[in-house]
Amino acid sequence: MTTPHSKAFLRRAGQLLATASVAAAALAFAHAASAQTLTIESWRNDDADVWNTKIIPAFNKKHPDIKVQFKADPPTEYNAALNARLAGGTAGDLITCRPFDASLDLFKKGNLVSVNDVKGIENFSDVAKSAWSTDDGKTTFCMPMASVIHGFVYNKEIFDELKLTPPKTVAEFHAVLDKIKADGKYTPIAMGTADQWEAATMGFQNIGVNYWKGEEGRKALIEGKQKFTDPAYVDVFKELASWTPYMGDGYKSQKYPDTQNLFTLGRAAIYPAGSWDVPIFRKQADFEFDAFAPPVVKDGDKCYISDHTDIAIGINAKSKNMEAAKTFLSWVASPEFADIYANELPGFFPLSKAKVDVKDPVAAKFVGWRGTCESSIRNSYQILSRGTPNLENELWNVSAQVMNGSMKPEEAAKKAEDGLASWYEPHKK
Amino acid sequence: MTDLTASRIQSADAVPARSRFPIHIAVFLAPALAIYTLFSIYPLIDTIRLSLYAGDETGARSFVGLENFRTLLSDPNWSGQFWNAFRNNLIFFLIHMVVQNGIGLGLAMLLSLPRLTGGSVYRTLIFLPTMLSVVIIGFIWQLILNPLWGIAPSLLKAVGLGSFFGPWLGQESTALLTVSLISVWQFVGIPMMLIYAALLNIPDDLLDAATVDGAGPFSVFWFVRLPLILPTLGVVSILTFVANFNAFDLIYAIKGALAGPNFSTDILGTFFYRTFFGFQLQVGSPTMGAAVATAMLIIILVGVLIYLFGVQRRLQRHTF
Repeated sequence: MTTPHSKAFLRRAGQLLATASVAAAALAFAHAASAQTLTIESWRNDDADVWNTKIIPAFNKKHPDIKVQFKADPPTEYNAALNARLAGGTAGDLITCRPFDASLDLFKKGNLVSVNDVKGIENFSDVAKSAWSTDDGKTTFCMPMASVIHGFVYNKEIFDELKLTPPKTVAEFHAVLDKIKADGKYTPIAMGTADQWEAATMGFQNIGVNYWKGEEGRKALIEGKQKFTDPAYVDVFKELASWTPYMGDGYKSQKYPDTQNLFTLGRAAIYPAGSWDVPIFRKQADFEFDAFAPPVVKDGDKCYISDHTDIAIGINAKSKNMEAAKTFLSWVASPEFADIYANELPGFFPLSKAKVDVKDPVAAKFVGWRGTCESSIRNSYQILSRGTPNLENELWNVSAQVMNGSMKPEEAAKKAEDGLASWYEPHKK
Repeated sequence: MTDLTASRIQSADAVPARSRFPIHIAVFLAPALAIYTLFSIYPLIDTIRLSLYAGDETGARSFVGLENFRTLLSDPNWSGQFWNAFRNNLIFFLIHMVVQNGIGLGLAMLLSLPRLTGGSVYRTLIFLPTMLSVVIIGFIWQLILNPLWGIAPSLLKAVGLGSFFGPWLGQESTALLTVSLISVWQFVGIPMMLIYAALLNIPDDLLDAATVDGAGPFSVFWFVRLPLILPTLGVVSILTFVANFNAFDLIYAIKGALAGPNFSTDILGTFFYRTFFGFQLQVGSPTMGAAVATAMLIIILVGVLIYLFGVQRRLQRHTF
């Protein structure tokens, strides 16, 4: 049995084992030596570069003794992966927080600590903190980082060619769309319904704030004073349905990357956008582009924008480096971080009260609307998506269906309202 | 023979009665049994256990008996989704049974033609997609069928059928069928290989005898070959059934976890994923997810049992 071959194999296995144990010991040593290493859990794998080459080095200039490691999962897998790691006790020290219930859930399960006592939290307004605070607003568990703003990005060259001006009202918006369609060379609206969230986020939430009057409508919806079957909400669905003749061929199976490409290749004129698209377009589009705010219903109406609190950072309750983590969070709250973040990732706008100079002109335009219009967040995010059926999922579904023509605006409104009323007390009346 | 040896050893060495237990059987079974128990049986049982609990918002779990299943089957918010996923899964399975296994059988017959040149080339080409990652398959087909830059619309236009093209992956009426056919395209190699192997096993003298007796090619297929490969067709069917009711990856890769439009491509796998891991603002519920997983287990178990007792017992394996 003990052939020369198997002897050699045994010897090799022995060597391998020895190497492995040395490596393990070295790793253990390295671990002990750098007890001050913070690991960040995030879904922003697109931003890994900016974190590694800009944000973390800037932090290390002030705090050279704390090492920071940025570890990102793809956005769609983040929640599942993070929960698994938290349950297994292997999650990083710092946890990037999704807005509202996903993070509130983590806090209630004891995975996040309160950041009320972390220096720098006073730099944020109550609205900025609302996405990461308990329902009574007393405890905040993540340090707010950035929000995203909705609007429309347009291809300036096409607009110049067809002598169009950015629309201010819905009527003007449709006039512009008609002209682009009549010209026939370009797709008027770049948007698809295959991913569903485009219809809900870039469609429904983007333009909706002007119909339900931002925070006023959002709060009324939570209190049960307004319903999705009210004219304001049905009108949003009606407006979405009216976009479909202007959308590209086969928009029903057009996905988000298709939509982005359609616009950056110069084949579409108007792109219902999230401000996070700006850095991507900056890289890919070789034409000039600009942005206009969601059109108001009537001329002279007050304008509203969806300025959605999107990303924050909290501390893993099981972290062994609590002090270092708090130091990092305080730095995140500083104007220095806000400035780096806003300019390295134009389209993510800092939430702190510090005045930040956004250098990208289109991103600056988005953030400039904060001065002229009133900010609000997406109406399905706070409290209303807690039950079954989940309101956010329902809105994705019905918005996509309205745009696919398989559901009437009134039916969509009724479905969203019925779903909500089936579990949410204030809507049961 | 073994009895003889055993008794001889016993009488010669007078070994104590205890060690007559066939230890070698236990030794040989142990590795497989240990691994199978650790990675398959234990998680299965623990899933069933978990499905009998419910968690509150602090993460504490309490025993609730069959409450999760009652919710799953009687609360319209849950049962609607569950039965929709089940129905879609059944359609998904039936399409595979008819199209995938039908084409697989046809291809196997063609491959076993005696005077076929380049048989191994076809075999390899047809089997190739099976070995590709589902993510790649999903990506390739989304590109092919893409209404903006796919080759499907231009190909159809080239042959004058442009008006037949539609955004098939995005329409409620066609999405499930399209996804099923993509999956069929990927996996058609497996039934083909299994059936091909079974066809090769049929001795030539049986076919020759049938031909001498005056049977045409059709009769040879229908009365000689088909009965002889029935056991393999049975195995192929049950493999298709189990694989389809466990399917998840292709739909997730193409349509995402919300399996749109309007849940028309939602199958039990994606429904389970949403329930267990959560989705966007929907917070995942491990206990409810375990209940869905257990329901899936029961569905698959019932299907397999029907096959075992209703079908396999009647099949006779022919030995030559």
